[in-house]
Amino acid sequence: MSSTATLKTEFIKGIWKENPVMASLLGLCPTLAVTNAANNGLAMGLATTFVLLSSSLMISALRNFIPHQVRIAGYIVIIATFVTVADRFLAAYFPVISASLGPYIPLIVVNCLILGRQEAFSSRNGIGRSLLDSLGMGIGFIIVLVVLGIIREILGSGSIFGIAILGDWFTPWMVMILPPGAFLTLGILIALANWYNDPSRSKEGRAVS
Amino acid sequence: MTEENLPQAQPEQPETPKKPVKPKKDPRAKLYKPETPLILASSPHFHTRDTVPRIMWNVVAALVPATVLALVYFQWAAVGIILTSVSSALIAEMLVNRVKGESFTIPDGSALITGLLLAMTLPPSFSLGGTALGSVFAIVVGKHFFGGLGYNIFNPALLGRAFLQASFPVPMTTWTWPLTARYADVDGITAATPLGLFKFEGVTSELSGLLTGNISGSLGETSAIAILIGGIYLLIRKYADWRISLSFLLSTFLVSGAFWLISPESYSSPVFQLFSGGLMLGAFFMATDMVTSPVTARGAWIFGAGAGFILVIIRLFGGLPEGVMYSILLMNAFTPLINRYTRPKFFGEIRA
Repeated sequence: MSSTATLKTEFIKGIWKENPVMASLLGLCPTLAVTNAANNGLAMGLATTFVLLSSSLMISALRNFIPHQVRIAGYIVIIATFVTVADRFLAAYFPVISASLGPYIPLIVVNCLILGRQEAFSSRNGIGRSLLDSLGMGIGFIIVLVVLGIIREILGSGSIFGIAILGDWFTPWMVMILPPGAFLTLGILIALANWYNDPSRSKEGRAVS
Repeated sequence: MTEENLPQAQPEQPETPKKPVKPKKDPRAKLYKPETPLILASSPHFHTRDTVPRIMWNVVAALVPATVLALVYFQWAAVGIILTSVSSALIAEMLVNRVKGESFTIPDGSALITGLLLAMTLPPSFSLGGTALGSVFAIVVGKHFFGGLGYNIFNPALLGRAFLQASFPVPMTTWTWPLTARYADVDGITAATPLGLFKFEGVTSELSGLLTGNISGSLGETSAIAILIGGIYLLIRKYADWRISLSFLLSTFLVSGAFWLISPESYSSPVFQLFSGGLMLGAFFMATDMVTSPVTARGAWIFGAGAGFILVIIRLFGGLPEGVMYSILLMNAFTPLINRYTRPKFFGEIRA
């Protein structure tokens, strides 16, 4: 099955067509929890991508050695190792971001996106394809988190990446940096994406349906 | 009703896919145009003069007394908020119609009502930009994201107000006395609403002020009498379900009365609870929204009773002095469930 798709599609699919958040609704916990500012979204996206890439590398390399019955436990051990690396790295070099992300960095271990890709892809494909797949998924994840973070930060704090861009005339919409703002923004983004993808909207689609 | 129920009415695809389908050559195409779907309904076939625009314009008419009083008491502040809210609701409706490629729905009056109702729930000193935002949110997210009029789960105007309440908690709870609001940007006298006064300072307001509306509060919810006039008109014309209004008021009265009987010192009297805040506006104009309230008679009683109970709990024990908005929105969420459990029996049906 893996040989049918080209390397390019393995990489591209994670960005839009099979985007982990927009299409599969995976990894919603960090997506909703940490995107109250673009900085936090970017940091979470990068950390998750790092864990995704490294664990994909390990798991696709070890896929023939891990006994099938205990594979999930094996994956979790590998993922947890890299999460610890990312957690300690952020705490040492970016203490501010590490503090603002709080428990959500350790919680990357249970991000369905990572385990899902290992189970669905890395455990069945070679190292090269697995890395491409993880990179695409990671970039798709980063894009969604940063876009969410930017929208919520502009409307909720009047700034982008911590730089104030809207003047004093702007009253921040407090709801946007609160949890309801995350649900609202993500829901609206997914609705718009589905509307854009809706085949019945195009003339060819109408003729079919 | 839906197209899949009448497969015979669909122009059938020819077996050979090579030829493009031409509806003109199909003899049935004269009877059935895909653009105007055939409307079928099961019996009984009542004829009624009620149409969506007719109902909506009647609701607008019923809101006139409250609107006039708002203009009298809050003057230019009320003019600004009402005009901003209504015009942005209409513009948002028009833009959504255009994006969705559907016919313009402004003449059905529903967007006008959403804008007007939202304005009625706002404090007179609220900013015009915020008003426009709430109005656009109510139309775009509250109504059209759910599929347009008739498909929305929540009352759009209340959803817009909830968004504003969550976004701008301080301006949304800053009220000014009537007649001083026009100087709001200079030295408007801010004052707590009667509910806020009682909750935070233990002061009870005069009943006469609550009835005539010469009290601090949101635009349309200060005068109980003006709302009652419009509300009773709606009930008489049967555009609002009297069961919902009555059970909402009754349940508020009974639940708050029970607390008052237990401890008259710490809880306000049920009469005060009945006439203060947005309860009248909510009970007659918002809870009775045909789209978001139950369709069965028993369901209407449950809906109103539940809203009244939640309202009293929020007013007496919540962090906010007023809870009409949340009580109605919460019951809106229960409406599909209530409809399901109060579904009337089919003729001859035996329930297991």
